[in-house]
Amino acid sequence: MSAAWDKRPRGGAAAPAMLEEPQGLLGWFFGTRAKYLVGALCIALCAIMLLPLLASVLASLKSTQEAAAVPPTYFPHGLSFDSYRRLWHYQAGLPTYLGNSAGAALLTILFCLGLTVPAGYALARFPVPGKEFFFIVLLLGLIVPYQALLTPLFFMFVQLKLHNSLVGLAIVHTAIQLPFSVYIMRNAFEAVPRELEEAAVIDGCNSWQVLVRIFLPAIVPAIITVSLFAFITSWNELLAALVILNKDSSFTLPLILAAARQQTSIGGTDWGMLQAGITISIIPCMAFYLLLQKYYVSGLLSGAVK
Amino acid sequence: MHSTNGKFVGLLYLSPALAFVMAFTVYPFGQMVWMSLHNWSLIAEKKYVGAGNFVKAWYDPQFWTSLSFTLKYTALITPILMLLGFLIALLTAVNTPLRRITRAVVFAPVVVGLGASSLLWYWLFSYDFGLVNRSLIDLGIVAKPVLWFGADAGLATSAVIVSIVWKVIGFGTILFVAAIQAIPGEINEATLVDGASYWQRVRRITLPLTAKTILLVTLISVIGSLLAFDQFYIMTAGQPRNLTATSVFLIYLNSFPYLKLGYGSALSLILAAIILVCTVFQMILTRRSHG
Repeated sequence: MSAAWDKRPRGGAAAPAMLEEPQGLLGWFFGTRAKYLVGALCIALCAIMLLPLLASVLASLKSTQEAAAVPPTYFPHGLSFDSYRRLWHYQAGLPTYLGNSAGAALLTILFCLGLTVPAGYALARFPVPGKEFFFIVLLLGLIVPYQALLTPLFFMFVQLKLHNSLVGLAIVHTAIQLPFSVYIMRNAFEAVPRELEEAAVIDGCNSWQVLVRIFLPAIVPAIITVSLFAFITSWNELLAALVILNKDSSFTLPLILAAARQQTSIGGTDWGMLQAGITISIIPCMAFYLLLQKYYVSGLLSGAVK
Repeated sequence: MHSTNGKFVGLLYLSPALAFVMAFTVYPFGQMVWMSLHNWSLIAEKKYVGAGNFVKAWYDPQFWTSLSFTLKYTALITPILMLLGFLIALLTAVNTPLRRITRAVVFAPVVVGLGASSLLWYWLFSYDFGLVNRSLIDLGIVAKPVLWFGADAGLATSAVIVSIVWKVIGFGTILFVAAIQAIPGEINEATLVDGASYWQRVRRITLPLTAKTILLVTLISVIGSLLAFDQFYIMTAGQPRNLTATSVFLIYLNSFPYLKLGYGSALSLILAAIILVCTVFQMILTRRSHG
C-alpha cells in the first residue's frame, strides 16, 4: 500500500493529534475511546465497501438452482462453476467478448501512447510557435463531453465503415482519454533534466534518437499511468460501445452483460451467470489497481487538480 | 535542436495528436451544429429546419422531464457524496496501517466499471432474488420485500443513488485526503495549544484550507452526475414512464434506436452548453490554485 499520499512530506505529521489527544485522565479515557471508535468505523466501512463485491463473487459460485432461489441465500451451500460454464457458451461465447474488450483496450492504449508521447515531447521540448494554443486544442475533449459527440461520431463512423469495429470504438475511447494523457505526458517530459538530453545532442543524436534513448526510459512511470487509465476507461466503457457496436459478435464485455440482463429477463434473469460476468469483468481492473496503485492514485491526483 | 529547425520538428511531433483532435472532436462538433439544424436521419433525405429542433425540444415534455430529473438527481447525490467523502477523509487521513487499508478499500469500487457495478446493484436490489430485501426482512426493517424498480420513481432513484455512492465515494475521498494531508503541521499544532476541540479545528482549519479542493470535487461530481447514463440504462431502463431517463439517456434514445440524428444533435448541443458552464468554472478554479 505505498500510495502517493503516503510519500508526501511529513507536513501532515501533526495530523495524528487530530483524533488522539490524551489530556489528563478524562482525556485518556476519551482518547482511547476515540481510538476504538475510529477503528470500529474503519472496519465497518471496509465491510460495507467489500460486501457487495463478495456477495457477487459468492453468487457466481452458487449452483444453478441455488442462484435462482427465493429468498436468496447469503452463502453458497456448495461450490459450483455452472454459472461460469453457461457464461463461457453464452451467445458468441465469453472468449469472443473478452477478446473484443481486450482488443479495444489494447488499441486504446496504443493510440493514446502513439499520439501523446510525441505530443508531450513537442510541448515540453520544442519551440513550437503557438504552443499554448495547441495545448488547449488538445485539451478540447475536456470541454465537450464525449456523450454529447456520439451522435455525429456515429454518423461519421457509419460513413467510414468504422461502426461495428473495435478500431472505431478504440478511437472514441482514445478521444475520451486524450486530454488526460497529453497532460500527464507533457509534465513527464518537462520533468526530465535537460543535461541528459544535451549530452546526447552533443554525441550527435537526432531528435528521434534522443526521444527513444533518453526520454522513453525516463518517462516509464507516465507511460504506465497513461496505459492504466486507458485500459480502465476502455474496459469499462458502455455508452460508446452501445452506440457503435450493434452486432452481437462485436460486443464488449459490459455490453453483452447489459444485453444479457435484458434478454434473459423475459424468461427469468440468469443471475448466476450475470454475477460470473461481473466477477470476470472486475478482476483485471482490481488486479491492475492493486499492482499499480501508486500510479493510479498519483495520476488521479494530478489529473483532477490540474 | 532549439533552432528554427526545431519549430518544424516540434510541429511534426505534435501533428498526429492535433490531427486526431481535429478529426474526432472538432469536426464532429461542427457536424453536430450542422446536423442540429436539419431533420437528419440515416435513411431519409435530410431537410433544413433552422431552429426547428430546438423549438421541438422546448415543446417536448420528455425533454423537460429528463432535464429536471437529471438536475434533481445531481442535486440529491452531490451533497451526499461531498459530506460522506469528506467525513471518510477526516476519518482516514492519518497514516496508520488500518486507515491506509480503509482508504484503499473505499477507493476500490472506483476502478470497477459503472456498468458492472450497476448490474451488481440491480441484482442486490432485485425484488425476489436480491440480498438487500433479504437483509431488510431479516433485520425486521420491512415485513415484505420492497419493489425497488417498480412504479415508484423515487424508490428506483434511491437505489441508483446508493449504488453510485458506493461506486464513486472513494474518488472524492482520495482528493480530500490529499488536501488534508497538505495542511502544514504547525497550523494544527498551534490550534492544539489553543485547546480547540476536534470539531472546532475541523471547522476553523481543515474546512477553510481544503475549500478549493471541496469546490473542485463538487464541480467534477456535478459534471459526472449531469452526464449520468450507465446506471439508469442498466438499473431502471428509464422506467417508470421514462421518469428516470436522464439527459444523456434521451440523447441516446433519439439518436440511436429512433435514429433522429438532427434532434439528437440539438439535445446534445444543449447538454454540451450546460456542461460548458460547469467546466469553465472548474478551469477558472484550477488555474487559480495552480498560480
